[in-house]
Amino acid sequence: MSRRGTGPRLAVNPITCLAHGMCAELLPEYVKLDEWGYPILNGDPLPPDLVAHAKRAVADCPTLALRLDPTS
Amino acid sequence: MTATLDRPAVDTADLLPRLLTGDSELAAHRARFGPLPLAPFTGTAGRRRLVEGIVHAGLRGRGGAGFPTGRKLATVAAGRKTPVVVANGCESEPASSKDRVLLRYAPHLVLDGAALAAHAVGADRVFLCVERGTGHGERLERHLDERRDDPVRWHVVPVPRRYVASEESALVHFLNDGEARPLASPPRPYERGVEDRPTLIDNVETLAHLALIAYHGPDWFRAVGTGSDPGSALVTVAGAVANPGVFEVAPGTSLGEMLDAAGGPTEPLGAALVGGYFGTWVPLPQAVHLPLSHDPTGPAGTTLGAGAIVALPAGSCGLAETSRVLGYLAAESANQCGPCHFGLPAVAEDMAAVIHGRADPGTRNRLRTRLGVIAGRGACKHPDGAIRLVASALDAFAADLDMHLAGYTCTGLRQHPVLPLPDPEDRDREWR
Ligand SMILES: Cc1cc2nc3c(=O)[nH]c(=O)nc-3n(C[C@H](O)[C@H](O)[C@H](O)COP(=O)(O)O)c2cc1C
Ligand code: SF4
Ligand code: SF4
Repeated sequence: MSRRGTGPRLAVNPITCLAHGMCAELLPEYVKLDEWGYPILNGDPLPPDLVAHAKRAVADCPTLALRLDPTS
Repeated sequence: MTATLDRPAVDTADLLPRLLTGDSELAAHRARFGPLPLAPFTGTAGRRRLVEGIVHAGLRGRGGAGFPTGRKLATVAAGRKTPVVVANGCESEPASSKDRVLLRYAPHLVLDGAALAAHAVGADRVFLCVERGTGHGERLERHLDERRDDPVRWHVVPVPRRYVASEESALVHFLNDGEARPLASPPRPYERGVEDRPTLIDNVETLAHLALIAYHGPDWFRAVGTGSDPGSALVTVAGAVANPGVFEVAPGTSLGEMLDAAGGPTEPLGAALVGGYFGTWVPLPQAVHLPLSHDPTGPAGTTLGAGAIVALPAGSCGLAETSRVLGYLAAESANQCGPCHFGLPAVAEDMAAVIHGRADPGTRNRLRTRLGVIAGRGACKHPDGAIRLVASALDAFAADLDMHLAGYTCTGLRQHPVLPLPDPEDRDREWR
């Protein structure tokens, strides 16, 4: 898995995430769901063309569990 | 389990024990060590010297992860608010007794260490966390009555008796809101913990070593142990050994020598669990020369972890033992994070199916898949530790796994359980 790039990274608060699965629908390239419906994130920096999608997924997470962390 | 204070560790017999000297009363403690060594570390420059001394000593945390203590001190000391110190003496690990033994036999070394750590980071309060109902809180209060001159305010905090309640963010949560379940990060406690202050959380054994470094200096500390894991370490050795108990050893000592420190095996051994219930299984006799420290070693990446070692007789079933412990760990989940709340019981069910001959053709792959997706996805490292234990069992007992999956019944199931589990009567069900 490549860690290069400067885009933001997806992260989830595992306590507030309630497995709504919205994120996997909106960003299937970077979010898979496990057999219990919880997201498995690709934590690599997002490519520029996906950042808008990612922001949408973050905004649409019903429990505000999903976030974007800046790549330091 | 009794402490064995008179059994010298191999190789470094004349240098040990350092911690377990048996001076449980303040007068004897001060007679051996002298006054709390604050004078050499006064002022900002003094505090910095103390932190640098701990960095130079190379002390690593004894609570399981082996994180460099000096680095944590420096981070907490650099925070903007006045920090607080939390001494973690809960020792929720069922296979471990070392912190209990330390608190009983060298309480003032722990208290010295906590006071010195507070001084080093500029904290004026120390929270001493111990499991409730164990008598340790009361004993500490008694010792503190004699220590009116300490430069900190002490708070003894009885914590619910649950495995996860002593995880560091759970302690922060408990101290702030009275609920001992882990918190999501960021922030990490060293950034923002108790009362949103930078919070130094250290295992009580770590703090006792810190005190010894302040008394004797970093070079003295480094005379024992390995270059990257110096000093001595307390280990709890249990299972099929003649003299189970707590021993002070040098990191780098081989597994075989540590078992010998506990009187050696009482019967032929098939494996040992090293590092407690977040640890790894290693096969015996193959791993008898494996040097144990906080640096990963061997095919399973074995470390001393929380210092608990359990010797498993050749006639016992390591998979059955693991299944039993995993059931316990799954039940101890704080049930806040899906991958832990649902994942651990699912893996526990797979393991139970394996050992009871209920496995189906998909079990092996399902186990492997599940073990691959759970770690790193909880708010705390509870699921990671439980998964590591199971993964190492499947490797160390690969031949047994094949037998079980082929439908053979397990004679090990009829053996007496070896890995200790707590009596539910002595544990709490609530988090408050
Ligand atoms: C589930 C869980 C339980 C823990 N229980 C303890 C404990 O009982 N005592 C302890 O010192 N550390 C425990 N830890 C580790 C602490 O979170 C923390 O890392 C440690 O107290 C830091 O001290 P150290 O740097 O001196 O090792 C636990 C960690 C986890 C994930
Ligand atoms: S949308 Fe939010 S709550 Fe739903 S799975 Fe994704 S992170 Fe979890
Ligand atoms: S990972 Fe498990 S034990 Fe840790 S906070 Fe989440 S649910 Fe609780």
